[in-house]
Amino acid sequence: MTVVTYRQAITRGIADALAADEDVFLFGEDVARAGGAFKTTTGLWERFGDDRVMDTPISEQAIVGTAIGAAIRGLRPLAEVMFADFAAVCFDGIVNELAKYRYMTGGQVNCPVTIHMANGAGTGFAAQHSQPAENWFLNTPGLKVVVPATVTDAYALMRAAVEDDDPVLYFEHKGLFGMRGELPDVVEPVQLGVADLVREGDAVTVVATQQMRHRALSAADALAQEGIEVELIDPRTLVPFDHAAVRRSVEKTNRLVVVQEGSAGASWGGTLIAHVLQDGFELLDAPPRLISSDETPVPYAGVLEAAWLPSVERIAEEVRSIVRY
Amino acid sequence: MTPPDRDAQLQMLRAMHEIRFFEDACHRLFATGSVRGTTHLCQGQEAVTVGTLHALRPEDQMTCTYRGHGAVLAKGVALDRSFGEILGKADGLCGGKGGSMHLTDVDKGALGSFAIVGGHLPVAVGVAFAARYRRTDELSVCFFGDGSTNIGAFHESLNLASIWKLPVLFVCENNLYGEYSPLHTTTPIEVLADRAAAYGMPGIRIDGNDVLGVHATVTEAAARARAGEGPTLIEMMTYRQKGHSRADPAAYRPDGELEAWLARDPIVLHERSLLADGVAQEQLDAIRAAAEEAVEAALERAQSWPDPDPETRLEHVYA
Repeated sequence: MTVVTYRQAITRGIADALAADEDVFLFGEDVARAGGAFKTTTGLWERFGDDRVMDTPISEQAIVGTAIGAAIRGLRPLAEVMFADFAAVCFDGIVNELAKYRYMTGGQVNCPVTIHMANGAGTGFAAQHSQPAENWFLNTPGLKVVVPATVTDAYALMRAAVEDDDPVLYFEHKGLFGMRGELPDVVEPVQLGVADLVREGDAVTVVATQQMRHRALSAADALAQEGIEVELIDPRTLVPFDHAAVRRSVEKTNRLVVVQEGSAGASWGGTLIAHVLQDGFELLDAPPRLISSDETPVPYAGVLEAAWLPSVERIAEEVRSIVRY
Repeated sequence: MTPPDRDAQLQMLRAMHEIRFFEDACHRLFATGSVRGTTHLCQGQEAVTVGTLHALRPEDQMTCTYRGHGAVLAKGVALDRSFGEILGKADGLCGGKGGSMHLTDVDKGALGSFAIVGGHLPVAVGVAFAARYRRTDELSVCFFGDGSTNIGAFHESLNLASIWKLPVLFVCENNLYGEYSPLHTTTPIEVLADRAAAYGMPGIRIDGNDVLGVHATVTEAAARARAGEGPTLIEMMTYRQKGHSRADPAAYRPDGELEAWLARDPIVLHERSLLADGVAQEQLDAIRAAAEEAVEAALERAQSWPDPDPETRLEHVYA
């Protein structure tokens, strides 16, 4: 057991993936000599060399397409697309080629590509470097989407993503890079699509990912002082989504709050609520609540960005109102 | 460098005829409403794909565009399963999931037909990367139209392939039109091969209707690529005898243009060269007839195949 940062857990996940399988290679902008724009690939080029760890030009379309071409010829590319916002630059490759290659060819090939990207707001990067971009891809069948929130999940989901035979978009949250946690020497493998039951409770089910998971946990601790026991679920992967875990919990609590970084439209939180309403309307004793960001781009100034993100206080207040409904 | 022998030259003629008859049959099927969606035909461009792929090895890997029937067939993919896919049949190449714009037969090295202009150029770079990573001797050959050279992926792909010295042949089929627009209205330079200079690779413009000339140029570029000297951009001048897609009568073409290019039809040119070389007209006629028969028989077989089970639509999303 070692205490590491979320950033170091990602690096270790990538390093162990490279060491485990010679078909895995890492490439992207500044991932080799510079160790990554976010230092998530520090030391990997020195350890694995030019053949396995490569810098690319600033060419996101070429990065994603190259990953696809290598994958259909039997390799397991791990590509870095620095800020998740830049996924918009290679949206065609991800959505039109990567997600559909297997389907359009009638299953002739697999596309075991992992693309890891730094996601999310709260670090002062303004509107083009802060978007929680995971929601962009949820309406494109063929992709898997993982959103680790903890040190252990950052490691285990990286390993699972690289080993998966399908394309996986791995979103690491920029606000969590410095967070410390214990990483076991041997990490239990995590299956994509299995939620983490973070905290047990009987008053209300709260579902949250990444930065919001940690804020929801703080809110739950505060609410416990008032006698409100929150059950907190982190789905960890948005595709596939562990709907069964949420249903099991709502059967017990009869209340659902989803906390989501990012605006509500066409989001995983909105989809989850629609799902629970359709399949479990009779379970609910109160309207489901989606706590999300404003319908605006991510603002820059500290006070503006802080107000854009759901705070611990806001989460606690909204959960309280649902419990009292 | 020795040119292909007589047998090989006759095989190339047969291959071009098969593509021509295949495309004519597609035109008929779409015109009579037997097939849904759209199709993009390549009559007149056969020498580009046949000359290129007959100069390469079976294990070389090919990607192409939605105007890709010719490239796929020239790679040795079965006529009947190609028809079957366009007809949306269960035994079509992709089980009816792809259609005219996505003919794919990975076992034959026909890795995919792509319907986003230029979207496959980066994929071709990755295919070449994998060949080098695994230390195989394979090449990646990528067909694309003149219109692709104005999309960002073209520039990113040539740049990356060149700095990594990857074994890719970028084959630009310059058929003078990007959809409905003549090239000079969309592109400020005349010779697209000149764009290679910006990426530090050789750029060559050749007559794409001369199948033996294509063969010779590709043979040379392939040798360079296999020797680790990197990619080549080859612009092949050719002509799209039909419109952009089935909905396009191509009324925008200047008078006389089509006729001039029909006089330089790649099949006519190759037959003329074979005749001059001493091949009997009867033999050429027999090759043409055999190709037509093979295509019609393949179409008949494909038409007899069942539709896919609707439940199969749920398959192949994930591994």
